[in-house]
Amino acid sequence: MSIQERIEAKLEKAFSPERMAVINESHLHAGHQADFDGKGETHFRVRIVTAKFAGMGRVDRHRAVKELLTEEFKDGVHALAIEPAAPGEAVRW
Amino acid sequence: MSGISEYIDSEVKGNEVVLFMKGTPGFPQCGFSGQVVQILDYLGVDYKGINILTSGELRQGIKDYSNWPTIPQLYVKGEFVGGCDIVREMFQSGELQPFLEEKGISVKGAA
Repeated sequence: MSIQERIEAKLEKAFSPERMAVINESHLHAGHQADFDGKGETHFRVRIVTAKFAGMGRVDRHRAVKELLTEEFKDGVHALAIEPAAPGEAVRW
Repeated sequence: MSGISEYIDSEVKGNEVVLFMKGTPGFPQCGFSGQVVQILDYLGVDYKGINILTSGELRQGIKDYSNWPTIPQLYVKGEFVGGCDIVREMFQSGELQPFLEEKGISVKGAA
């Protein structure tokens, strides 16, 4: 399974999202570090709308996503942009 | 506490606003760190930038300290505020400036 697929599966299971998009943005960071060739799975953006985030603060939302993906960070994910929302909150996607 | 976490703790508690980042405020070496620098500079906030690229121990230590796996990390009055996404979101929604002012941080720049 690719890292992207692992991220999608874990988010799906943990958050039962209403909407979700996991986007590989590694190509945008090619060359920023010697080992980023832009073809890998180093940089991701997670957009997620889930009822689980209702009543949670920003740090807790981000932490919930990052803690879920501890193994993926160990396996080479370098950066994770997160756009978390609860249903009814403004999103830009 | 190990030496590195003591060092981090003293920086976090001994400075009102601390940004652990890649590179320096004058020369950020990562786009995410650079965005936070731009926001703080725009608001005219005094802060201490700490370049985690200078030490592997520090780079890992800050992730363990906050239980947050990525850089940058912003701390205000000893409290972890967030990384690039959170700081940018707070700035764009107009929450960051009142948040800093409530904490007693002087915001000299844009109103």
